[in-house]
Amino acid sequence: MSKIKLRYFAWVRERVGKPEEDVELPPGISTVGELMSWLATRGEEYAYAFDNPKVIRAAIDRAHVKPQAAIGGASEIAFFPPMTGG
Amino acid sequence: MTTTTIVRIQREPFDVAAEAATLTCGRTDAGAVVTFTGICRGAENGEPIAALTLEHFPGMAESEIERHVAEATQRWPLIGVTVIHRYGRIVPGEDIMMVVTVSSHRAAAFESADFLMDYLKTRAPFWKQVETADGETLVKTWVEAKAEDDAAVARWAARAKPEAAE
Repeated sequence: MSKIKLRYFAWVRERVGKPEEDVELPPGISTVGELMSWLATRGEEYAYAFDNPKVIRAAIDRAHVKPQAAIGGASEIAFFPPMTGG
Repeated sequence: MTTTTIVRIQREPFDVAAEAATLTCGRTDAGAVVTFTGICRGAENGEPIAALTLEHFPGMAESEIERHVAEATQRWPLIGVTVIHRYGRIVPGEDIMMVVTVSSHRAAAFESADFLMDYLKTRAPFWKQVETADGETLVKTWVEAKAEDDAAVARWAARAKPEAAE
Protein backbone atom coordinates (compact mmCIF):
# COMPACT_ATOMS: atom_id res chain seq x y z
CA MET A 1 0.00 0.00 0.00
CA SER A 2 1.29 3.40 -0.82
CA LYS A 3 0.03 6.87 -0.03
CA ILE A 4 -0.63 9.27 -2.85
CA LYS A 5 -1.88 12.86 -3.11
CA LEU A 6 -4.96 13.37 -5.26
CA ARG A 7 -5.92 16.81 -6.54
CA TYR A 8 -9.18 17.85 -8.16
CA PHE A 9 -9.96 20.89 -10.28
CA ALA A 10 -13.01 22.72 -11.67
CA TRP A 11 -16.22 20.64 -11.63
CA VAL A 12 -14.38 17.49 -10.55
CA ARG A 13 -13.33 19.41 -7.40
CA GLU A 14 -16.87 20.71 -6.86
CA ARG A 15 -18.41 17.27 -7.22
CA VAL A 16 -15.90 15.51 -4.96
CA GLY A 17 -16.28 18.39 -2.51
CA LYS A 18 -12.59 18.96 -1.79
CA PRO A 19 -9.54 20.27 -3.67
CA GLU A 20 -7.14 17.53 -2.56
CA GLU A 21 -6.65 14.56 -0.27
CA ASP A 22 -4.11 11.88 0.58
CA VAL A 23 -5.30 8.33 -0.02
CA GLU A 24 -3.94 4.85 0.56
CA LEU A 25 -4.12 3.03 -2.75
CA PRO A 26 -5.65 -0.41 -2.38
CA PRO A 27 -3.68 -3.28 -3.92
CA GLY A 28 -4.41 -4.14 -7.54
CA ILE A 29 -4.69 -0.57 -8.79
CA SER A 30 -1.92 0.09 -11.26
CA THR A 31 -3.29 2.56 -13.83
CA VAL A 32 -4.94 5.97 -13.74
CA GLY A 33 -8.11 4.46 -15.26
CA GLU A 34 -8.28 1.82 -12.53
CA LEU A 35 -7.81 4.54 -9.93
CA MET A 36 -10.79 6.44 -11.37
CA SER A 37 -12.97 3.31 -11.26
CA TRP A 38 -11.98 2.75 -7.62
CA LEU A 39 -12.58 6.41 -6.69
CA ALA A 40 -16.09 6.16 -8.15
CA THR A 41 -16.91 3.50 -5.50
CA ARG A 42 -15.91 5.71 -2.57
CA GLY A 43 -19.31 7.38 -2.10
CA GLU A 44 -22.06 9.36 -3.74
CA GLU A 45 -19.97 12.47 -4.43
CA TYR A 46 -17.19 10.39 -6.03
CA ALA A 47 -19.68 8.38 -8.06
CA TYR A 48 -21.08 11.70 -9.36
CA ALA A 49 -17.61 13.14 -10.12
CA PHE A 50 -16.32 10.01 -11.89
CA ASP A 51 -19.64 9.01 -13.47
CA ASN A 52 -18.20 9.48 -16.97
CA PRO A 53 -14.43 8.89 -16.79
CA LYS A 54 -14.10 9.45 -20.57
CA VAL A 55 -14.51 13.21 -20.08
CA ILE A 56 -11.99 13.43 -17.22
CA ARG A 57 -8.36 14.29 -17.88
CA ALA A 58 -5.49 13.28 -15.59
CA ALA A 59 -1.97 14.41 -14.79
CA ILE A 60 0.73 12.48 -12.93
CA ASP A 61 3.18 14.73 -11.13
CA ARG A 62 1.99 17.67 -13.28
CA ALA A 63 2.30 16.03 -16.69
CA HIS A 64 -0.72 15.00 -18.81
CA VAL A 65 -1.30 11.24 -19.00
CA LYS A 66 -3.79 8.87 -20.61
CA PRO A 67 -6.08 6.59 -18.51
CA GLN A 68 -3.91 3.57 -19.32
CA ALA A 69 -0.82 5.28 -17.81
CA ALA A 70 0.86 3.35 -14.99
CA ILE A 71 0.73 5.01 -11.59
CA GLY A 72 4.18 3.64 -10.72
CA GLY A 73 5.92 5.77 -8.14
CA ALA A 74 3.72 8.85 -8.67
CA SER A 75 3.45 11.19 -5.71
CA GLU A 76 0.56 13.30 -7.03
CA ILE A 77 -2.29 12.58 -9.44
CA ALA A 78 -4.68 15.30 -10.58
CA PHE A 79 -8.13 14.90 -12.16
CA PHE A 80 -9.89 17.64 -14.07
CA PRO A 81 -12.25 18.35 -16.98
CA PRO A 82 -10.98 19.18 -20.50
CA MET A 83 -9.17 22.53 -20.28
CA THR A 84 -10.80 25.80 -21.33
CA GLY A 85 -8.11 28.43 -20.92
CA GLY A 86 -6.78 30.85 -23.51
CA MET B 1 20.46 33.32 -31.89
CA THR B 2 19.57 33.82 -28.23
CA THR B 3 15.87 33.52 -27.50
CA THR B 4 14.23 35.25 -24.56
CA THR B 5 11.25 33.35 -23.14
CA ILE B 6 8.95 34.63 -20.41
CA VAL B 7 5.96 32.75 -18.93
CA ARG B 8 3.86 34.28 -16.16
CA ILE B 9 0.64 33.23 -14.47
CA GLN B 10 -0.80 36.15 -12.56
CA ARG B 11 -3.92 37.68 -11.06
CA GLU B 12 -3.00 41.23 -12.17
CA PRO B 13 -3.65 42.83 -15.57
CA PHE B 14 -0.76 43.10 -18.06
CA ASP B 15 0.49 45.62 -20.62
CA VAL B 16 0.91 44.04 -24.07
CA ALA B 17 2.91 46.95 -25.53
CA ALA B 18 5.34 46.95 -22.60
CA GLU B 19 5.77 43.16 -22.86
CA ALA B 20 6.47 43.41 -26.62
CA ALA B 21 8.99 46.20 -25.99
CA THR B 22 10.79 44.07 -23.40
CA LEU B 23 11.42 41.42 -26.09
CA THR B 24 12.47 43.78 -28.89
CA CYS B 25 14.59 46.18 -26.77
CA GLY B 26 18.19 46.16 -28.04
CA ARG B 27 17.49 43.51 -30.70
CA THR B 28 18.37 44.83 -34.15
CA ASP B 29 17.65 41.36 -35.59
CA ALA B 30 13.93 41.71 -34.70
CA GLY B 31 11.83 42.28 -37.84
CA ALA B 32 8.37 41.09 -36.81
CA VAL B 33 6.27 41.20 -33.65
CA VAL B 34 2.95 39.39 -33.35
CA THR B 35 0.76 39.88 -30.31
CA PHE B 36 -2.42 38.03 -29.46
CA THR B 37 -4.67 39.13 -26.60
CA GLY B 38 -7.62 37.07 -25.37
CA ILE B 39 -10.35 39.35 -23.99
CA CYS B 40 -13.38 38.51 -21.83
CA ARG B 41 -16.53 38.90 -23.98
CA GLY B 42 -19.70 40.42 -22.57
CA ALA B 43 -21.85 37.56 -23.90
CA GLU B 44 -21.46 33.80 -24.17
CA ASN B 45 -23.71 31.94 -26.67
CA GLY B 46 -25.84 35.08 -26.97
CA GLU B 47 -26.39 35.36 -23.20
CA PRO B 48 -24.94 38.38 -21.36
CA ILE B 49 -22.41 37.43 -18.69
CA ALA B 50 -21.36 39.21 -15.49
CA ALA B 51 -17.83 37.80 -15.30
CA LEU B 52 -15.52 34.87 -15.94
CA THR B 53 -13.63 33.11 -13.18
CA LEU B 54 -10.48 31.26 -14.20
CA GLU B 55 -9.23 28.39 -12.09
CA HIS B 56 -5.78 26.96 -12.75
CA PHE B 57 -3.41 24.27 -11.54
CA PRO B 58 -0.45 26.24 -10.08
CA GLY B 59 2.89 24.78 -11.07
CA MET B 60 1.50 22.63 -13.86
CA ALA B 61 0.12 25.69 -15.71
CA GLU B 62 3.60 27.21 -15.82
CA SER B 63 5.41 23.98 -16.75
CA GLU B 64 2.91 23.04 -19.47
CA ILE B 65 3.13 26.49 -21.10
CA GLU B 66 6.94 26.52 -20.80
CA ARG B 67 7.08 23.14 -22.54
CA HIS B 68 5.12 24.47 -25.52
CA VAL B 69 7.12 27.70 -25.63
CA ALA B 70 10.28 25.54 -25.81
CA GLU B 71 8.74 23.55 -28.66
CA ALA B 72 7.86 26.77 -30.51
CA THR B 73 11.45 27.98 -30.24
CA GLN B 74 12.60 24.69 -31.77
CA ARG B 75 10.11 24.84 -34.64
CA TRP B 76 10.61 28.50 -35.57
CA PRO B 77 13.60 30.88 -35.48
CA LEU B 78 12.32 33.09 -32.66
CA ILE B 79 14.02 36.00 -30.92
CA GLY B 80 11.54 36.14 -28.07
CA VAL B 81 8.30 34.66 -26.72
CA THR B 82 6.18 35.90 -23.83
CA VAL B 83 3.03 34.19 -22.57
CA ILE B 84 1.03 35.69 -19.72
CA HIS B 85 -2.20 34.07 -18.49
CA ARG B 86 -4.38 35.58 -15.77
CA TYR B 87 -6.51 33.74 -13.23
CA GLY B 88 -9.29 34.74 -10.85
CA ARG B 89 -12.37 36.85 -11.61
CA ILE B 90 -12.27 38.79 -14.88
CA VAL B 91 -15.09 41.06 -16.08
CA PRO B 92 -16.11 41.72 -19.72
CA GLY B 93 -13.64 43.96 -21.51
CA GLU B 94 -10.68 42.86 -19.39
CA ASP B 95 -7.76 40.93 -20.86
CA ILE B 96 -7.47 37.21 -20.03
CA MET B 97 -4.17 36.22 -21.61
CA MET B 98 -1.56 37.28 -24.15
CA VAL B 99 1.09 35.84 -26.41
CA VAL B 100 3.93 37.86 -27.98
CA THR B 101 6.27 36.31 -30.52
CA VAL B 102 9.24 38.11 -32.05
CA SER B 103 11.21 36.95 -35.08
CA SER B 104 13.24 38.36 -37.95
CA HIS B 105 10.41 37.62 -40.39
CA ARG B 106 6.65 37.60 -40.12
CA ALA B 107 5.83 33.98 -41.00
CA ALA B 108 7.63 32.59 -37.95
CA ALA B 109 6.06 35.19 -35.65
CA PHE B 110 2.49 34.58 -36.96
CA GLU B 111 2.75 30.81 -37.04
CA SER B 112 4.36 30.38 -33.64
CA ALA B 113 1.75 32.63 -31.99
CA ASP B 114 -1.01 30.55 -33.65
CA PHE B 115 0.68 27.30 -32.54
CA LEU B 116 1.01 28.51 -28.94
CA MET B 117 -2.64 29.60 -28.78
CA ASP B 118 -3.88 26.24 -30.08
CA TYR B 119 -1.86 24.36 -27.45
CA LEU B 120 -2.71 26.76 -24.62
CA LYS B 121 -6.42 26.27 -25.17
CA THR B 122 -6.29 22.49 -25.00
CA ARG B 123 -3.25 21.65 -22.84
CA ALA B 124 -2.70 24.42 -20.27
CA PRO B 125 -4.60 23.54 -17.07
CA PHE B 126 -7.06 26.45 -16.88
CA TRP B 127 -10.83 26.23 -16.52
CA LYS B 128 -13.29 29.04 -17.21
CA GLN B 129 -16.47 29.48 -15.25
CA VAL B 130 -19.12 31.90 -16.51
CA GLU B 131 -21.09 34.04 -14.07
CA THR B 132 -24.53 35.09 -15.25
CA ALA B 133 -27.15 37.10 -13.39
CA ASP B 134 -30.56 35.39 -13.18
CA GLY B 135 -32.64 38.11 -11.56
CA GLU B 136 -31.14 38.55 -8.09
CA THR B 137 -29.13 35.34 -8.10
CA LEU B 138 -25.74 34.71 -9.68
CA VAL B 139 -25.46 31.46 -11.59
CA LYS B 140 -22.03 29.93 -12.24
CA THR B 141 -21.52 27.52 -15.13
CA TRP B 142 -18.33 25.78 -16.27
CA VAL B 143 -17.42 26.49 -19.90
CA GLU B 144 -17.34 23.32 -22.01
CA ALA B 145 -14.30 22.49 -24.12
CA LYS B 146 -14.88 22.83 -27.87
CA ALA B 147 -14.19 20.04 -30.37
CA GLU B 148 -12.82 22.59 -32.86
CA ASP B 149 -10.04 23.47 -30.39
CA ASP B 150 -8.90 19.82 -30.42
CA ALA B 151 -9.05 19.83 -34.23
CA ALA B 152 -6.97 23.04 -34.34
CA VAL B 153 -4.23 21.46 -32.24
CA ALA B 154 -4.17 18.27 -34.34
CA ARG B 155 -3.05 20.13 -37.47
CA TRP B 156 0.30 21.03 -35.82
CA ALA B 157 1.07 17.42 -34.94
CA ALA B 158 0.57 16.48 -38.60
CA ARG B 159 2.88 19.21 -39.77
CA ALA B 160 6.63 18.88 -40.14
CA LYS B 161 9.02 21.48 -38.76
CA PRO B 162 8.88 24.43 -41.20
CA GLU B 163 11.73 25.88 -43.26
CA ALA B 164 13.59 28.74 -41.60
CA ALA B 165 11.66 31.97 -42.28
CA GLU B 166 10.44 33.18 -45.64
